[in-house]
This record gives sequence, C-alpha cells and structure tokens, in this order.
Amino acid sequence: MTHAAVSSHQKKLTDSPLSEFWAGARDTFPLIVGAIPFGLIFGALALNSGLSFGATMAMSAFVFAGSAQFIAVGLVAAGSGWPIIVLTTFVVNLRHALYSATLAPHITRLPQRWQIPLAFWLTDETFVVVVKRYSLSKEAAYTHWYYLGSALFMYTNWQICTLLGLTIGRLIPNAAAWGLDFAMPVTFIGMVIPYLKSRPMVASVVVAGVVSIVAYPLPHQLGLITAALTGITTGIVIELWSER
Amino acid sequence: MNELFLIGGMALVTFGIRYSMFAVAGRVEFPARLINALRYVPPAVLTALIVPAVLIPNGAGVQISYTNPYLVGAFVAFGVGWFSRNLLLTIVMGMLAFWGWQWFLFS
Repeated sequence: MTHAAVSSHQKKLTDSPLSEFWAGARDTFPLIVGAIPFGLIFGALALNSGLSFGATMAMSAFVFAGSAQFIAVGLVAAGSGWPIIVLTTFVVNLRHALYSATLAPHITRLPQRWQIPLAFWLTDETFVVVVKRYSLSKEAAYTHWYYLGSALFMYTNWQICTLLGLTIGRLIPNAAAWGLDFAMPVTFIGMVIPYLKSRPMVASVVVAGVVSIVAYPLPHQLGLITAALTGITTGIVIELWSER
Repeated sequence: MNELFLIGGMALVTFGIRYSMFAVAGRVEFPARLINALRYVPPAVLTALIVPAVLIPNGAGVQISYTNPYLVGAFVAFGVGWFSRNLLLTIVMGMLAFWGWQWFLFS
C-alpha cells in the first residue's frame, strides 16, 4: 500500500492495516477472557464424551463454533449418530446466516482470498466487535484487517484452550462441575447491554428471552433460532408502529 | 461413531452458513428495510443463547430461585454492565459473583 493511499485515508481511529489488526485484537480482549473458561471446559468435556483427542482438536481447528461444539460433544456422549449431530450443528449455527447477511455489504467488496477466511472465522464474539467497528466508520479502507485481528485472536485462543482442556482437564476430576460453562452467558450479557438503547431493541431482547424458554423443548435445538427470529420480528414491528 | 464424517459434516455446514450471504450479496442487492432489520440480530441471538443457559442450567427445568448461582451471577453481571459500561469488568464480576454464590450455597 502506498503512502499516498494511506494519507488520503481518514485520520480518525486507525489508518493502517497493522493498526487496524491490533485494534481488532485489543477490542476482542474482554471477550477472550470469557472464551478461555469456555474453551477449557470444552476440551475437558470432549475428553469424557468418548471423542478422540485428535477429533476434538480437529473440531476446534476446522469447525470453530463454540456452542455447536459443546452441543455436539453432548450428543456424542449421549450416543447420537453423526448425521443427527451435523443436522443439529446446522440448526444451532443458522444464526450465523444472519451475521453473514449483516456483514455482507462490507465484505463483498473484498477479494475471495479475504472473504473465505473471514467467513470461516466468523463467531458471535468477532461479529459483535466487527459490527461496532463498521458502525463507527463505514468508509475506512482497512476494516478487514480489524476483522482479521479479532478473528485470529479468537481462533488462536480457542485452539490453545481446547488443548489445555484436553490435557489439564484430565488431571482435574469433574471439571464440568466448576461451572466454567457460566463464562459463555456472562460474556454475552456484557455484549448485549450496549444495544439496549431504544424501546424496540429492549422489546426484541425481552421477547427473544421469553421465547427461548417457551421454545426450549423443541427438538434439535430449534428453540434458539425460533427465539432469535421472534425477537427480531418483534423489534421491527414495534419500530414500524412507533414511526406512525 | 465415524469421526471423519462428524468433523467434516460439521465443518461443511458451519462454513456454508457463514459464507452463504457473502456469496449471495455480490449478486443481489439487499433491500434497505432488510439491512435495517439486521440491526436486531446481535442482541436477539445473544439473548436467545443467554436465557436458557441461565434459567435452565442443567437442562432439567426452569430454576428461578436464589439457589440458582447462574441466575444470581447473571443479575450481578447485568447490574455491573448496566452501570459501568465496561465489558471486562462485567465478565469478571459476573464470574466472581457466580463462584462466590456457588461456594456460599454448597459449603
């Protein structure tokens, strides 16, 4: 990248690929703190589920989807066949289609060599961090480096924590009982709070929460996407009402 | 259990979903109303993940009680987050409240 291209760019926030990269990693740090216990317990649970060491590492390396991996390990332990687990993964990860749609307007201007890895590394955490970055300045040239910084930090951390859970988890009896699984909801609570600024947004969240409990008994984790879609619809409807 | 099919299948569907809208968006223009609606995605999805994890921690029935450390931890995290607006503090205080309450209940 030439100096001219850099200097013509916005002076605010960050203005080079490297500074965007580090900003992305830095803004992801609090979410890493929440992801560490989550990764450790995943490794420990996988060990007890009957999944092999190699398959557990491969799942973190190639699937890279925390909540789906948790559910998959639970299903493996319960003796479910792989087609059911793949189907459940599909349903649990359907929310990423919504993330993908949200980010698409910013991503599709990039070449495929960027689009493919950025899609692979799309997680709840990186999504929320990156959406905030895009809302700050839409025109910035190097926001994909910001995305990459966040994604690589999350990815590296997830691999290390899976490995630690697999190795140290063996030494700690009943690691699951420590309640490290609370790390995921507590992190997500911190991520939701900044959104609660308008009445439609609050209504959307309340309805999503209520439906997630009512629809919880639905098979194959369908309650999650049902609750999300109901909440989103509620927000839109209330927004349209209040405009009149 | 065929681990190769399991991991391969999970990897394919997950990547397929994550990449899906990137692939479509290059060809189709998203209507403004849809883009507006997508603002509701992050909080609604995250809440749909949070609430069952907190209220049905063991997958066995809704537990709305002070004896549920997940619920107590979630309240503390929400309170700290609401007033401090500090994500790291929210996570740390929520975890500490959760562990503290669990210790208080079971010791």
